[in-house]
Amino acid sequence: MIKSYKTRRTIVNTLIYVLLGGLGLIWISPLVYLIMHSFRGGKAELATTIIPQEWTIDNYAKVFNPPDPNVVNFPQWFMNTFIIAIFSCLISTLAVLMVSYAFSRLRFKARRPLINVGMILGMFPGFMTMIAIYYLMKAMGLLEMPKIALIICYSAGAGLGYQISKGFFDTIPRALDEAATIDGATRNQIFWKIILPMSKPILVYTVLTSFIGPWTDFILAKIIVGAQGPENYTVAIGLQKLVGQEYKAQHYREFLAGSVIVAVPITALFLFMQRYYVEGVTAGGVKG
Amino acid sequence: MKYIDYVQLNPFQKFWYNFKNFFIALPGNLLKGIKAIGNFFKKLFVGIGKGVAGYFTRFVKGDWATKLSYVIMGFGNIMKGQIIKGLIFLAAEVAFIAFMIGFGADKIYNLGFFNNGKIGFREQGEWAIDPSTGRRTYSPPDDSMQLLLYGVLTMIIIAVFLVIYFASVKSAYKVQQQKAAGEKIPGFKEEMRQFGDEKFHITLLAFPCLTISVFTIMPLLFMILIAFTSYTQSTPFFQWVGLQTFADVFQTSGAASQGETFIELTKWTLIWAVMATVLNYILGMIVALMINKKGIKLKALWRTLFVVTVAVPQFVSLLLMQQMLEGNQFGAINQLLESLGWLPVSDSGAVQYIDFLANANKWIPRITVIVVNIWVGIPYTILITSGILMNIPADLYESATIDGAGPARTFFSITLPYMLFVTTPYLITTFIGNINNFNVIYLLVGEQNSMDLHNAGYTDLLVTWLFRMSTSTGEYNTAAAVGILVFIVCATVSLLTFNLTKSAKNEEEFS
Repeated sequence: MIKSYKTRRTIVNTLIYVLLGGLGLIWISPLVYLIMHSFRGGKAELATTIIPQEWTIDNYAKVFNPPDPNVVNFPQWFMNTFIIAIFSCLISTLAVLMVSYAFSRLRFKARRPLINVGMILGMFPGFMTMIAIYYLMKAMGLLEMPKIALIICYSAGAGLGYQISKGFFDTIPRALDEAATIDGATRNQIFWKIILPMSKPILVYTVLTSFIGPWTDFILAKIIVGAQGPENYTVAIGLQKLVGQEYKAQHYREFLAGSVIVAVPITALFLFMQRYYVEGVTAGGVKG
Repeated sequence: MKYIDYVQLNPFQKFWYNFKNFFIALPGNLLKGIKAIGNFFKKLFVGIGKGVAGYFTRFVKGDWATKLSYVIMGFGNIMKGQIIKGLIFLAAEVAFIAFMIGFGADKIYNLGFFNNGKIGFREQGEWAIDPSTGRRTYSPPDDSMQLLLYGVLTMIIIAVFLVIYFASVKSAYKVQQQKAAGEKIPGFKEEMRQFGDEKFHITLLAFPCLTISVFTIMPLLFMILIAFTSYTQSTPFFQWVGLQTFADVFQTSGAASQGETFIELTKWTLIWAVMATVLNYILGMIVALMINKKGIKLKALWRTLFVVTVAVPQFVSLLLMQQMLEGNQFGAINQLLESLGWLPVSDSGAVQYIDFLANANKWIPRITVIVVNIWVGIPYTILITSGILMNIPADLYESATIDGAGPARTFFSITLPYMLFVTTPYLITTFIGNINNFNVIYLLVGEQNSMDLHNAGYTDLLVTWLFRMSTSTGEYNTAAAVGILVFIVCATVSLLTFNLTKSAKNEEEFS
């Protein structure tokens, strides 16, 4: 009986290994395909076989050192996105922390109403407003400075994403604040000297998510810089352009190489902060 | 059921009991939600009423300086020694009046109150001859969109000013009372210090509230207003039309009419949201269970294999998928099928490639996007549910196995009810997220969508339709109306969730 149980378990486990292996292969294969073909050589821009016949690193060379920078200028797109990401990351992190601290630790009359307003705002489809934002930017003359316009787009509403760090602040015992108040600390001091130093995990999470945002955003960037010259593109817009009907026949492999260059650091960052991500989503999702 | 009966249930029965009650209580919760909205408005009006009453009592009880503060803001503060504060109030008033004279009043005047609901006055461009130089000058028609945008901006500035105004009146009365009671009147420095302590929330929230008002609330108000106008790309001069746009959305005459499209896309959006949510949830949970099963080695490797796909930016993975699904010899999936010999070959010997994303049969692209979305979504479910799955009491499984339940039975009778109970809020947020899932649809089918409907293809969701109408065809009013309808659906669902989760009540427990 014991033996048969063991055999059964082995059979089940083998079955699971086979299933996981198969599924894992399916899940990872598009990414393997991406990396493989970013090294594909030969004359033809588009692949006709699944496994490349010739190999080269020319695609990456072309991406880093574009032969025709007026059409495809990946280094410039990368720098644009990098600058936008740095600034919007700084501003958003500050905004998120300020809002979540106020909502979590301070008690004032407008608190509940403000939380409710934030919740309602979150229910509108995000890009319903984008046309208005476009005209607003136009009216303010910011379309001439697309980087600043995008930084504003990404960081202006950041305060609304306070839930996850509010959930974190909620778990810090209030006794700490009370003790500090008795010792004569102001709320300002409590925020900077007690709460922030204790909030490293949520700080890391907020910084990373707001840094990654601009790299992965497509919609807002499309609205703001989609109609402008290639020198203003972010990586998402630039790469999407490369697989459009117009450019695909000449630049498909550059799209693949560029995608790898963007995806690798972001993937690394994400894997690094996976734990915080799960904590954040489950905290927000399960607690509501 | 009495409490004593409840306690005697085994854990599984408890879950089932709670799970059942969840649905039994649903109508009641709906009612509660509606009541909550009612209460909100009641409170709002009571609050406004109290504010107005306070405004007049302060005027009656105030001395002459306080009374003068009702017209000259900050006057009371200046007279009683709070000079800097008073001057700030005064400066705000002067700035506001200058703004209204130079800019705001004209914008409000143009909003259509005085011209039969037309926004602006010059409907057509006009030529005028300058009598002194004899040169012809052209004035273009009024840009209603810009006027409306500025109008909304002016409204917001008026609202902000009113807040400052009431604060100044209150402050003038307070300082009068403090003087009468013989208290020390706080100086400017002292008041500034308060912004680091008792009023720290104002310091923290001022900047985010400002940016959110200008770049989120204002555009939102603007778009909501647009839904009640006749604004399209071809009518830069437009007017208020009330609910006409909404009526048009439901207008169902003709094959590619707006109404037809709206109904078709609403159906598809709902099918999509349900399929995407349920399939990802159940399949993801099964994979997570397999990874976390006792005796399975290399757990970290399996997890990472799936989770990597979450980490890759969606525009990369989805644009790549789009290329791989191409319906010709360049599409990787078709290449694979061809090398396996699974593709049909026509009589002339040419291989017939399957067009996954632009097929004449509307269900092939639809199934394709659902399948691709499974690829996108399962890793998320694995990430979220792994931890919770580990928390299911092991004795439940043990007793089930002893009673002879197979894996399928344990999954549907233990795992699923437990998980559903714990993760319902997450599930509902995911459902809403899927209704608004722009990326998967647009990046995948985006530009090769065949437009058989009114500016939309069969795979479009309501939100991508909204996007197309506002970017390519410029039907701004219809797009805004559709946005409002999507909001109503999402808000109803969220309201339910919010009432079901007890977070609002339990919040203080942590603090």
